[in-house]
Order: sequence, then C-alpha cells, then structure tokens
Amino acid sequence: MTRVETEMWVRVAALEEIPRLGARVVKSPLGDIAVFRNNQDEVFALRDKCPHKGGPLSQGIVFERKVTCPLHGWTTHLDSGQAVAPDEGCTATFPVKVEGGEVYLQLERP
Amino acid sequence: MRKMKLVMVGNGMAGVRTLEELLKLAPDLYDITVFGAEPHPNYNRILLSPVLSGEQTVNDIILNDLDWYRAHGIRLHLNKKVTRIDRVRRRVYAEDGTEAEYDRLLLATGSNPVILPVPGKELKGVITYRDIADTDAMIEAAAKFRHAVVIGGGLLGLEAANGLRVRGMEVTVVHLMPWLMERQLDETAGRLLQQSLEKRGLKFLLPKETECLVGGAVGRVKAVRFKPAPGSAPGEGTEIPADLVVMAVGIRPNTELAESAGLHCNRGIVVNDTMQTFDPRIYAVGECVRHRGVAYGLVAPLFEMGKVCANHLAHMGIGRYAGSVTSTKLKVTGIDLFSAGDFQGGNDSEEIVLKDASSGVYKKLVIRDNKLVGGVLYGDTVDGAWYFQLLKDGQSVADLRDHLMFGQTHLGNTGHAGQNKAAAMTDAMEVCGCNGVCKGTIVKAIKEKGLFTLDDVRKHTKASSSCGSCTGLVEQILASTVGGAYAPQSNTAKPLCGCTELTHEEVRKAIREEKLLSIPEVMEFLNWRTPNGCATCRPALNYYLVCAWPHEAKDDPQSRFINERAHANIQKDGTYSVIPRMYGGVTNPDQLRRIADVADKYRIPTVKVTGGQRIDLLGVKKEDLPRVWADLAMPSGYAYGKALRTVKTCVGSEWCRFGVQDSTNMGIELEKAFDRMWAPHKVKMAVSGCPRNCAESGIKDVGVIGVDSGWEIYVAGNGGIKTEVAQFLAKVKTREEVLEYCGAFIQIYREEARYLDRTVHWVNRVGLDYVKKRILDDHEGRKALYERLLYALQGEKDPWQERAAKGVARHEFESLSV
Ligand code: SRM
Ligand SMILES: Cc1cc2nc3c(=O)[nH]c(=O)nc-3n(C[C@H](O)[C@H](O)[C@H](O)COP(=O)(O)OP(=O)(O)OC[C@H]3O[C@@H](n4cnc5c(N)ncnc54)[C@H](O)[C@@H]3O)c2cc1C
Ligand code: SF4
Ligand code: FES
Repeated sequence: MTRVETEMWVRVAALEEIPRLGARVVKSPLGDIAVFRNNQDEVFALRDKCPHKGGPLSQGIVFERKVTCPLHGWTTHLDSGQAVAPDEGCTATFPVKVEGGEVYLQLERP
Repeated sequence: MRKMKLVMVGNGMAGVRTLEELLKLAPDLYDITVFGAEPHPNYNRILLSPVLSGEQTVNDIILNDLDWYRAHGIRLHLNKKVTRIDRVRRRVYAEDGTEAEYDRLLLATGSNPVILPVPGKELKGVITYRDIADTDAMIEAAAKFRHAVVIGGGLLGLEAANGLRVRGMEVTVVHLMPWLMERQLDETAGRLLQQSLEKRGLKFLLPKETECLVGGAVGRVKAVRFKPAPGSAPGEGTEIPADLVVMAVGIRPNTELAESAGLHCNRGIVVNDTMQTFDPRIYAVGECVRHRGVAYGLVAPLFEMGKVCANHLAHMGIGRYAGSVTSTKLKVTGIDLFSAGDFQGGNDSEEIVLKDASSGVYKKLVIRDNKLVGGVLYGDTVDGAWYFQLLKDGQSVADLRDHLMFGQTHLGNTGHAGQNKAAAMTDAMEVCGCNGVCKGTIVKAIKEKGLFTLDDVRKHTKASSSCGSCTGLVEQILASTVGGAYAPQSNTAKPLCGCTELTHEEVRKAIREEKLLSIPEVMEFLNWRTPNGCATCRPALNYYLVCAWPHEAKDDPQSRFINERAHANIQKDGTYSVIPRMYGGVTNPDQLRRIADVADKYRIPTVKVTGGQRIDLLGVKKEDLPRVWADLAMPSGYAYGKALRTVKTCVGSEWCRFGVQDSTNMGIELEKAFDRMWAPHKVKMAVSGCPRNCAESGIKDVGVIGVDSGWEIYVAGNGGIKTEVAQFLAKVKTREEVLEYCGAFIQIYREEARYLDRTVHWVNRVGLDYVKKRILDDHEGRKALYERLLYALQGEKDPWQERAAKGVARHEFESLSV
C-alpha cells in the first residue's frame, strides 16, 4: 500500500484504550486534543475546548455523534466541532482514523 | 439604496403593535408614515374604562408617545382621516389632501360602534363608547347631568355604566337579552353579576327593547322609550328619563376605506394567514379584519396578527396566523369574572359546577371528550389563566378531573413558582442569577426568536437552565410576553427527557418490575427514541438501575457526570478539587499533617475550609488525583456526587455547657452508616446537641436535634437555592432509632424521588403525610426500608482507595501523548 507522503498520521492509542461513549486526552504540541469513541466505534478528534468557555469536552457525556460539556451543558457535534443549535460556536477538529485497531491522528495539515 | 415605503392607516393598538414588532425585526427596512384619525398618539383603548371611572388619566394610558414615533423616524399624521386609496399609483389621500406613496400599505382601521337605527339617535347627549373623545364626553356629562341610560348589557356597556355610576350618575342599563353578557356568561353567572352590580347601585331593565329616544327643548335627549312587551296593548311601553344615552350594542369592523378601494370585504377586510388582503401589497390587522370567517374584538388576537404581519413585512416569510381562542375579563374593580370557550356546553358535554352562594362564588367548567372546552368563573378567577391554558392546549384533563375545580395550586406544584411578580419587574432586573440573564433579555429573545416554551427560552437565553430556581419566574415572563400562546409543561406527565415519552415513574417501574439491569436493556425494552440517550436521561437511568438493583445492576461510568466519574469536582480551569471525609467535622493532627503534606507535594494552590465542616484542596491536576488520594489515606468525601455529603455536627454534650445530647458522635455514626450512598440528588445531614441548633439542622435534608428526652428528627430542609425549613417528622429516644428513622426516610426518597429532586422537592410533591404514614405508622415497612438501605450500602468500596491502590479506571486519569 502506498501512502501519500504529505499525510502524517501519528498513532495515539489502541482503540480499546478509549472507552466507548468516552474520550481520552492527547497531549500534543498543538495543545490538548480530545479523542472520542462512540458506540459504533467511530472516533473523532476535537480540540479539548468547548466553544462556550473552553471547558474540557473530553470530560463530557458522549452520545451518538455529540458530546455534552461538563461545565455548562452545551452540546457539540463531534464530526464538525460545531455547537448544537441554537448555541453558536465551533471548536477545531482534527483528522483521525482507525486502522487495525489502532487510532491515528493527523496533526499537521498538508 | 432607497428604502421601501410603508404607510399605515389607523394609529391604534393593532397597527402600532405591528410596527413595534417590525422595528424589532427590521429597523431600517422601511420609511414609515402613519395616519391616525384621532388627535392622540397610540393609547391603550382597553384602559378607557379606568379613565372613565377616574382610576387613571388619559396620560397614564398612552402607549407610544410622540417621542417614540420621532425616535423611530416615523412620519405621523394625527387627526387626519384617510379617505381614498389609489391602488394603481399606490398612494393614499387624507381628508385634508395630505397624501403618501407606498410600497406596502397596512390597514388597521379598527371598528366602529354600532348605532341603533332608532328615532332620536342623532340627538345631543347620545354617544357611543370607543375612544378618548367619547370618554371625555361622558365625564363632562356626568358633571352636569343626573340620568344616564346605557343601552347594551355587554362588556363595554357594563364598564361604561359602572364608570358613570362612580362619577355620580344614576345609571340604568337596558339590555335586549334575558341576562347580562350573554355572549360570555351563562344565566347563573349573568344573574350573579347583575346582583352584585345592583348592590353597587346600578339599575337594570331586561329584557327590554328600545323604541326611540325622546328629545327635549334644546335638542338634547330627554328620555328613552321602550317597545311594549309582547302581548301587551299598543302604547303601553314605558319611558325613563335620560340626559345621557350610551349605546354599547356592539362593534362593526371599519371597512369603509378598504371597500372604497375595491378590496374584498365581507363583514371585515378579508385576509389570509399572512394578514394579506386581496391586494398583495396591502396588509390588514386588528378589529377591521376578518380571518377565516372570524372578526375579533379583543386585543390578544390582534397582537398575534401583528406579530405575523410584521414578520412578513420584514421579509422573513415565516409564521402564519391560525386564529385565536379568546377569553374575557370584566374590568370593574371588585368584580372578578372570567369566561372562555364554549361555556354553555350541551348534550355531548359534561359540566362541573361549583356554587357557593354565601361567598358569591360560581364556577362552571365544561368538559367534552376529556378536554376542557369552556368555562365561566365568577367571584374567584385566580385559576382563569390556567384553565384557559388547558383549554387552548386541548390537553386531556382526565387525570386532573378530581382536582380541576380547585385549581392549579391544589395540584402540589413543586416548582419554585411563587407569586406573579414577573409583571412588576423592570427589564434590567436579573431573573437568572446563575447565568446573569435579566428580564429584558428574556423578553427580547421570546419576541425576536418567537419562543413559546420554557425549553426554548432555556436554550436561547440560558435562563433557568442552571439551578432552576427562577423557572417559575421565567414561566411567568413567558406567559406575560406571549400571552395566551404560552403552553406550560404539564406537571404530572412530563417525560424524562426528549428521548422518551415515559415519565420518571414509568421508567423506574419498568426497571423494577422487569428487572432491567443495564442502560442498553432499559433503552431497548422501553423503545428509547435515541440510540444512546442523552446527557439528561443517561445519568438518571444509571441511578435508577443502581438504586433498584444494588450489587446487580451495571454501573456505567460513561453515564455519570464527570464529577462522579472522576470522584472529584471539576473546576472551571479543568483541574479538580478534593474533599476528604472528616466524619462529623472532627479531625486530628495526623490528618491535618497529611493534608498539609499533600498540598505541598502536589503544589495545590488553595486549601479551604468548606461550608460543610471539612477541608477542600482546590486546583488538583487530574493525573495527580490517584496519588493525592493515596497520600491522603482518607476516605472520599463524596463532595462531587449525588450522594451523602456532610453530616454537620456541633460540639454537643461532650464539651458544650448547654448540650443535652452527644451530637458529635451521633453525627459521626450517621455519616459512617450512610457513607457511599448514591441518591437522586445530594443528601446533607446535621446533628445539633440542643435546640440552639448550632449545626443548622433546620435546613438539612435530614436534621437531628438533641433534646433532653431524646432526639427530634426534621426532614426535607434545604439551605441552597431556595431556603426551605425542614419539617418535623418524629421524636425518638435512642441512637438506634435515630439511625432507623433517618435511614428509612432516606430510602423512600432514594426509591421514589425523581433524579435531581432534592428531598424538599419530592416531599412537596408527595406530601409529608405520606412520608409519615410510611415511617411512623408502618413499623414493619420502616424496618424494611432501613434494611434495604443497609443492604444497598453493604460492601460498597471507597472509590478513592480503589483508584489509588488498585488502579481502577486508570484510563480516566492518564492522558495520552504524541
Ligand atoms: C465546597 C463548597 C463551598 C465551600 O467552599 O464551602 C461547595 C461547593 C460547591 N457547591 Fe455547594 N458547596 C458547599 C456547601 C454547600 C452548602 C452548605 C452545606 O452543605 O451546609 C449548601 C447549602 C445547603 C444545601 O445544599 O441545602 C450548598 C448548596 C449548593 C447548591 C444548591 C443545592 C440546592 O438543592 O439548592 C448547589 C447546586 C447543585 O447542587 O445543583 C451547590 C454546588 C456546588 C458546586 C458543586 C458547584 C459545582 O457544580 O461545581 C461547588 C463545587 C466546588 C468544588 O469543586 O469544590 N451547592 N453548598 C461546600 C462544600 C461542603 C462540603 O464540605 O461538602
Ligand atoms: C372601553 C373599551 C374597553 C375595552 N376593554 C377591552 C378588554 O378589557 N380586553 C380586550 O382585549 N379588549 C378590550 N377592548 C377592545 C380593544 O380595545 C380593541 O380590540 C382594540 O383596541 C382594537 O385595536 P385596533 O387597532 O384594531 O383598533 P383601534 O384601537 O380602534 O384603532 C383603530 C384606529 O384607526 C383609526 N382610524 C380608523 N379609520 C381611519 C382612517 N380612515 N384614517 C385614519 N385613521 C383611521 C381610528 O380612529 C382608531 O384610532 C375594549 C374596547 C373599548 C372601547
Ligand atoms: S461554591 Fe457554591 S455558592 Fe460558591 S460559587 Fe460555587 S456554587 Fe456558588
Ligand atoms: S464551557 Fe462548555 S458549556 Fe460552558
């Protein structure tokens, strides 16, 4: 398999290390990144800062493709980083994938 | 860009409300011109009655003064009646020749009072009751003359009659129908009303039909003559003296102008659901219109029309007017009367009637197909708004039936409702202390975003979304802002959350009876609408499972809020706080030394004595938590959980010169007995050694006070958001009894309260009598409750030691890195 060279994926954990309907925090040079796993074993990576007042989304309650922030209860879409309407705001997303039971994150965009 | 031109004809309540709504939505869209036939800026026509009776002045009832028009750049032509619309050239012309061009025209010409076609109707002293000029004429006549006759015993006629009486005239009300206000009242209520008005000095002639008005020397009316009663000889009609005759026999939509412009009218200017007339550039609102075959004569529907109309004028294109259900109140001070819907009923409906002649109270509720369809209240109208709500919602009242007549308060509303003070608040006053939301912001959001439910308001403004103590107030603001359009949530059948239509109680019952042991099982069995619930239902379900099936149900950390998952309180910067148990608030040098060492070692920025008699270490990094706990070697204080919190104590008989019981040790015993207990919400206790009550037992979920002969137990107090004094439950003799009674109380609360109910909310709902019956009267039951609690707590491990020493849930505290 050839990989496009500009794609720089880094392994962060085994999928099993992230609880279902939960998250782990990844310390990175770009700051804390929350990597979520939902019940379908989909993974998502967001900057660990709530669009509201920067609360740690990794500590929230996960359901479907959403997370509810622990501080004041805003809900954010895991796939887009957008706050669920009517709240407004957005947090950065990062490309993330699962291959062979391992979770990879892309930190620098090509 | 050239602004579009909007011209409004009719400067009354409906029209100006439409402009207000429009200016909020699109302040700069139009260049606005207003024509008003009256010489006054927009005033509150409803309040002409208090002006007539002298309770208010004309100045009091101005709604928009001239400055308002100026501030919004509105060109205002007062005292100019528009007489012609040229729809081709899109211009309107006033009597005096003033003209204006429009892109959009808004007709809000109101209605005209009906004048009976009887001889003498043009005599001096014969007037109608519609505007300030009429009111002034009545006030003037009252100062000079003695006899007034009001023709028409409807709402308007009675308000006029009452006003004239208050101003000293002798007033007779003549009515064609057998009882007063027949369009709003049934016969019984109509008669009661007549009686109380008679007591105030009004005279009534009914049923009676006017034949003519008799003129006197100066062309002024002198008497009213009636038609003879059917069957009597000709010429037998009676005559009564009259210096002033007020005709209040109805209103007719003012369509003259619209008709002359060729707009389709049929007893009202015909409009569609977006308030457009048959000419799409011309809109109409207010009493002048006819919508789906109905013309309205009250302000609430007119305001709803205004809102829809403004929305379309602002090019927002959403919102339709679908008609209104109206209710009536009579504004005669001291007379309480309310009427709504189909109050007459019929063969296909049932009536609940309450009549208390001695106190002058009469209530009739009409129910059809388990729904409230109408009602009349006389003498006691406090619940009018609630009935009206039920009626508009078309909500089933099957479950409420037995209590319906006694009103909403009787249903044991557990909210923090309180008296209606929303109306008295200014816009700048804070409503939600948690989120810093003031009334103005809420009102603005409601109006601008078109919010109708409490949930909407919570989502958009955050008000009432935190501690909830302002919920009642927000509901009142909602009700007063959207008026009848507000649909309050029912207290009885509120679903657990949006993921299900089942109530808390139904869900708990299923968990118990079907022995459901995990969240996925519950969701599958009860057909949850969402695949994994939400942040509202999951924590509740998790608690219900753990409570119903201790040691068996699967506790799901991912369904617990972070505090309970991490066993520490999250802080605003993402660090955590650690509060170890200090049973009964008692500590020792060894513990204090360890706390000090931990604070040094982990560079914990703040060490604070809490309001709960123990010590808080604030600002601990999450990854340090397990080691902090290990080094402290003290049990978890559960300061983060819906669980037993502190048991506060005072020094008690061991040291205190007044102490009659050893409160300190009683408190320690209680705290140890109920330690590690999950509950619907946090549970706080206190034990004081004498009635001086230094441990504040009077505001705790369970408070114990030592007295000479034993212990008094108080329950369901709360020192938090809304301070509630605990209620006396029982007096017992021994320490064992204290444990058993307190334990039994807590266990019913655990088994029956809704998740996030504090004890006070639950007890308010079920009543203290119920609790007493279960604990005081049922000895076996009490012991069984206590046993169940002890069983649930048996073998519960300390979560901190599990995590510190055994590495439980390690992933929770370790971060990854790249
Ligand atoms: C630490 C402490 C303040 C202090 O520094 O003294 C405290 C701190 C918090 N209280 Fe409290 N309360 C503290 C004593 C109290 C007391 C006094 C008492 O317990 O005697 C009360 C009033 C008594 C009562 O609850 O009836 C109190 C009434 C509340 C309430 C309102 C509860 C209510 O039902 O009305 C909340 C909000 C809630 O729970 O939803 C709250 C919530 C909170 C939270 C958990 C807010 C939050 O969600 O983050 C605070 C956590 C701070 C932290 O991370 O440590 N706190 N709180 C006190 C801890 C006591 C302890 O040792 O466990
Ligand atoms: C004494 C009294 C008590 C009332 N009490 C209540 C109550 O308790 N509750 C309730 O809900 N309702 C009550 N009402 C009814 C309520 O006041 C009306 O429903 C409401 O005012 C109608 O608003 P509108 O804008 O349609 O008409 P109006 O407020 O009548 O406004 C129409 C305006 O248009 C002007 N106009 C008409 N034709 C032209 C023209 N060609 N050119 C320029 N201007 C023109 C008129 O002069 C008038 O000022 C009461 C009414 C009265 C008179
Ligand atoms: S500790 Fe309690 S009172 Fe103080 S700010 Fe926090 S919640 Fe409010
Ligand atoms: S910081 Fe997330 S909801 Fe406030």
